[in-house]
Amino acid sequence: MSLFSLFGALEIGLIFSLVALGVFISFRLLRFPDLTVDGSFPLGGAVGAMCIVSGMDPFLATVCATLAGAAAGVLTALLNVHLKIMDLLASILMMIALYSINLRIMGKPNIPLIMEPTVFSVLQPEWLVDYIGRPLILIVVVVLAKFGLDAYFSTQQGLAIRATGSNPRMARSQGVNTGAMIILGMAISNGLVGLAGALYAQTQGGADISMGIGTIVIGLAAVIVGESILPSRKLFMLTLAVVLGAIVYRFFIALALNSDFIGLKAQDLNLVTALLVTVALVIPLLKQRYARRKRV
Amino acid sequence: MLSLPKKALLSLSVISLAMSASFAIAAEPVKSVAVTAIVEHPALDSARDGILHALNEAGFTEGKNLKWQYQSAQGNTATAAQIARKFIGDNPDVIVGIATPSAQALVAGSKSVPVVFTAVTDPVQAQLTPSWEASGTNVTGVSDILELEKQIELIKEIVPEVKNIGMVYNPGEANSVAVVEAFKELLPKYGLKLVEAAAPRTVDVSSAARSLVGKVDVIYTNTDNNVVSAYEALAKVGNDSKIPLIASDTDSVKRGAIAALGVNYRDLGEQTGRIVVRILNGEKPGDIQPQTSENLQLYVNVTAAEKQGVLLPLSLIERATEIIR
Repeated sequence: MSLFSLFGALEIGLIFSLVALGVFISFRLLRFPDLTVDGSFPLGGAVGAMCIVSGMDPFLATVCATLAGAAAGVLTALLNVHLKIMDLLASILMMIALYSINLRIMGKPNIPLIMEPTVFSVLQPEWLVDYIGRPLILIVVVVLAKFGLDAYFSTQQGLAIRATGSNPRMARSQGVNTGAMIILGMAISNGLVGLAGALYAQTQGGADISMGIGTIVIGLAAVIVGESILPSRKLFMLTLAVVLGAIVYRFFIALALNSDFIGLKAQDLNLVTALLVTVALVIPLLKQRYARRKRV
Repeated sequence: MLSLPKKALLSLSVISLAMSASFAIAAEPVKSVAVTAIVEHPALDSARDGILHALNEAGFTEGKNLKWQYQSAQGNTATAAQIARKFIGDNPDVIVGIATPSAQALVAGSKSVPVVFTAVTDPVQAQLTPSWEASGTNVTGVSDILELEKQIELIKEIVPEVKNIGMVYNPGEANSVAVVEAFKELLPKYGLKLVEAAAPRTVDVSSAARSLVGKVDVIYTNTDNNVVSAYEALAKVGNDSKIPLIASDTDSVKRGAIAALGVNYRDLGEQTGRIVVRILNGEKPGDIQPQTSENLQLYVNVTAAEKQGVLLPLSLIERATEIIR
């Protein structure tokens, strides 16, 4: 495997670790099965790309994309909290609506950014090559996001969001406004996904309407793989596990792409994903059995 | 070994001789070409086969002096990005990107490895090249753009009294949207009007076509992936409601369109392959001007014309490359 392909996997893994953190917030902390991300990821890409093409500063454009993602999360939560639509269904409705909305925003299915300024082209010093510079910048972003989330979810408001997810009745009896917490949590979750979409568009040459396909699968796979590598109950470790899960997942794909010798090809990637998640799910079970036998 | 007859021994030695000969050939410089497509699809696959054919014709043979790699992203842009990174990292002599997203991922990833795009409708709008002139960068290729004036002439030849042209397409496909936009600008000059029907999914093609019944005199289709995948469904609507179908890829004529003046993707691939060969032989991609398809082919389907209530002019049938009955 070449260095270039390794750094490529790291770069894409870091971007998807933001998605994985978002999915972790909705699925694990809020227990809200949220498929909106399949729409909010390209939404972030679309808004980011359109803003940049229209001459906006790339940083401001990325902030706009994050806010757009957050708005999509708020809408899904509103459908669920105020209109009493089932959580899964609400997110599916939002996901399909976003397909049309994204097309409207872009005006066409593909907005290239190959020749436009991006946050990476602005931040990267001249002497640093693309394939090393981009992951370095992304590491900073991901570390900030991870520690930011850790800190936030230890504040009173953050704890209220977690309480809403783990036991809504108890949370309500303690005076937590659970509806507001769901809306807030979904905004943070999809905001992260929107940010990931904008960064993705800026590293991969543009936004495309099809870039959202399968985002939720990748996000969930990363969460599950991460939880198996680093099983823990501490939030600090859990967010770390999720970030690692996303990166490991991308390394596996790079491995699959580079394993011509055992006959694996890109066509087999979905199978590799399924196997990887299965193995990740089975490892804790094996560990348990092994530990039990040891005790006996 | 003892039990082997003499003949077998002889053939064994012949094989070993042949093997050593092949080793001698393998010693000559091996060129590597990596091809990636966003998705597997009959037209894109024949483009890929065309590339390999052109390489073979120029004396590059797989396993001898050519290392050939092909990977499809299965429609997933994140996978396309990773395939692009892998290929760039392998540093082959040429990378070919089939269709817009795959080509964009390659161009975004490298400014040095030669990239040849193909089956991209508008490389300038996709920012693969700054203009239709030789780029001076590491990128060149072949576009499958069609001269729409010729398409309109064909439509008028088959349906002379045409006023409204219907088009079924996927609003999520860059190539299709480019054609629709161009038509909207061009058609008024001919006194014609475009009526659009969106089919975001393959299953929507039939209902989108039905929504055009009574509003249009002819339905024109471009190389939209959704529409091409469900051409039979479209042909049924055309036959039932006597609306002539005119396609822009020759394969769809066999599947129920009356006629198509279009790009043959196998030829397009061969043309792309010839560019690849020029680069392998030392030319710089930046010096090669991006090309469009060299030869368009006219296919007509007489049975479909009958079903859709059209009498094909004799001059058209005489001109056709292939007539389907």
